[in-house]
Amino acid sequence: MALFGSLSEKLSHVFSKLTKRGVLTELEIKNAMREIRIALLEADVNFLVVKDLVSKISEKCTGERVLKSLTPGQQVIKIVNEELTALMGSTNSKLTIASKPPTIILMCGLQGAGKTTMCGKLAKMLKKQGKKPLLVACDIYRPAAINQLKVVGKSVDVEVYDEGTNKPEKTAVNSLKYAENKGYDVVIIDTAGRLHISEELMDELKDIKKAVKPTEILLTVDSMTGQDAVTVAEGFNNELDITGVILTKLDGDTRGGAALSIKAVTGKPIKFCGVGEKMDDIEPFHPDRMASRILDMGDVLTLIEKAQTMVDEEEAKKFEKKFRENSFTFEDYLAQFDQVKKMGNISDLLNMIPGASKFKFNANMIDEKQIARNKAIIQSMTPYERRNPDCIKGSQKKRIAAGSGTSIQEVNALIKNFYQSKELMKQMSNGKGRFRLPF
Amino acid sequence: MGFFSKLFAGLKKTKDSIASKLNSIFVGELDDEFYEELEYVLISSDIGAEATEEIIEEVKAKAKKEKIKTVDDFKALLRTVMIEILNEAKDEELEYPALITFVGVNGVGKTTAIGRLAHKFKSDKKSVLMVAGDTFRAAASDQLTEWSKRAGVRIVKYTEGADPGAVVFDGITSAKAKKDDVVLVDTAGRLHNKANLMEELKKISKVIGREWEGDYKNYLVIDATTGQNALSQVETFNECVGIDGIVLTKLDGTAKGGIVFAIAKEYGIPVKYVGVGEGIDDIVDFDPEEFVNGIV
Repeated sequence: MALFGSLSEKLSHVFSKLTKRGVLTELEIKNAMREIRIALLEADVNFLVVKDLVSKISEKCTGERVLKSLTPGQQVIKIVNEELTALMGSTNSKLTIASKPPTIILMCGLQGAGKTTMCGKLAKMLKKQGKKPLLVACDIYRPAAINQLKVVGKSVDVEVYDEGTNKPEKTAVNSLKYAENKGYDVVIIDTAGRLHISEELMDELKDIKKAVKPTEILLTVDSMTGQDAVTVAEGFNNELDITGVILTKLDGDTRGGAALSIKAVTGKPIKFCGVGEKMDDIEPFHPDRMASRILDMGDVLTLIEKAQTMVDEEEAKKFEKKFRENSFTFEDYLAQFDQVKKMGNISDLLNMIPGASKFKFNANMIDEKQIARNKAIIQSMTPYERRNPDCIKGSQKKRIAAGSGTSIQEVNALIKNFYQSKELMKQMSNGKGRFRLPF
Repeated sequence: MGFFSKLFAGLKKTKDSIASKLNSIFVGELDDEFYEELEYVLISSDIGAEATEEIIEEVKAKAKKEKIKTVDDFKALLRTVMIEILNEAKDEELEYPALITFVGVNGVGKTTAIGRLAHKFKSDKKSVLMVAGDTFRAAASDQLTEWSKRAGVRIVKYTEGADPGAVVFDGITSAKAKKDDVVLVDTAGRLHNKANLMEELKKISKVIGREWEGDYKNYLVIDATTGQNALSQVETFNECVGIDGIVLTKLDGTAKGGIVFAIAKEYGIPVKYVGVGEGIDDIVDFDPEEFVNGIV
């Protein structure tokens, strides 16, 4: 959030006087730790987790390497990033599938976290993977909740089992028999939103758990949750021993520090995240990307760029790989728009690279409205066209322009931009072109 | 039941409320360690690092100036400082007939808040009309219809997928014809960084501005568990349609909704109502003094 300025800016300021001396004093480290603490808190990382992290980072920063390094600021950022990534974990965990079907998934969470929508998304994802899911409506409290699940079920073409306002535990048990008879191999149970401190409702969940013995108990958490995320996750975990977490509404602009807190406190993996309004908008969770997001990746990029010689080969390779992975089809391009929006200063960054200016990365690339229009253009392409941009000719362009409510000129401009970016990325990553990433 | 007792009924469930945390640190001297603990207490209630820092700086300076030694005096001072922040946000009374649009991100409890407020206005002998402007979320208008039955008020709704602007237009026409005192407009939850959805909201607002002659307010509904992202929500929604007040929901959990301090400081937008429980009458007028007294 621009509101509070970026961590790297603040750190640069703290260390600005150091460039000549290149040695950190205790006071400077203390100031730096204060900035890191505030940055993490503003990203909604829980304060106890922050306290712990900062003391670890502080310890590493007082080491010889940082104290005597030429660019202590960059070194510190690097350490912060490393610590965050370590805490988040590096591999994404998959859904456990029961050896003997059906696989039973019990969904739980606070009111409004997005459970019902997520049930539909999970069902659609599993269907695509060749499973036969059944949705079970166990939210008997919120008005029209069963109806909502039915509408969701219909939109993903998955049957919804319900027994009206019958006891959720009974409905859940009966649904298993129903699933067995009808040959469903995954049962997703939607439950009412509840407060982690409501004993009565937590007992209801425990009863369901006892009765159906779920393969997965997934806690759905709103990614915008603040300091309370820890209390909520602990509450559910203590009562139910959850198997994983789903983070919703990650398509917003939250930094999502809650993710870090939940992982740190419960040790349970975050398995999926919701990234949009559509039923396809579900993604496996990538912990390493979350660390970047909490830190505000754009800043890190700038700093790494500035750090140049100071960053080791391995780090540079990881960075190059990120670029390579992101640069090929319109599908990647589409995914990149969201990241670009977060990075903000990518055009500045690219302009720093010698030779990049000839590609004229215009400022429109990061204008939010323009991004929305560009997204609409790509979304109006068929999946085949997205993967094979060469096939987009006059008539396709006309259709795409009409479908996205834009003009052929705009479609052309986007395609041109796409090829330019692609070219740029290629040259940067193979290092054989006129320029390469300077580290 | 008044605001205070409602809030306490909510807080009672909370095992480690701010109050108990504060009491545990309100022993001993006002040294650095004490202020550090206070800082963590405030931050843990989502007041935010920046606002917390400012509150502490101010309290620290005043405590020194006024030579405060006792815990009770310090508490009183802290309360005064915190209340002042909330009071900085100027509150305007509703003038009837009034139309209120409820906006916010997904899942904050807009529909529920409208259901409860309809009941509240009706208890105040006002005639109320609900407008089901959320034509996007599955079964949203069913949910609002259920609330309209519970509260015993009229509702205007369309089928799912209809143009929300058209529903609002019809709602206003109906409210004018029946001379309703209060029109409560539900809108679809939308993330504030989605440009097209914010445009849709602007369009709804335009329809209201053109068709409605009475008092028109936009209330942003915020979930008390929301962290610092709430500031980003306020900024974007305020830029889009102008926000006149905040409705803080789900305050009956362990979350404290401390973000309203930062909202009052940064944007001067007052909190209007607070949702504190599961029942139909669990929404109350916000009172800064009682809010602060209830938590520290």
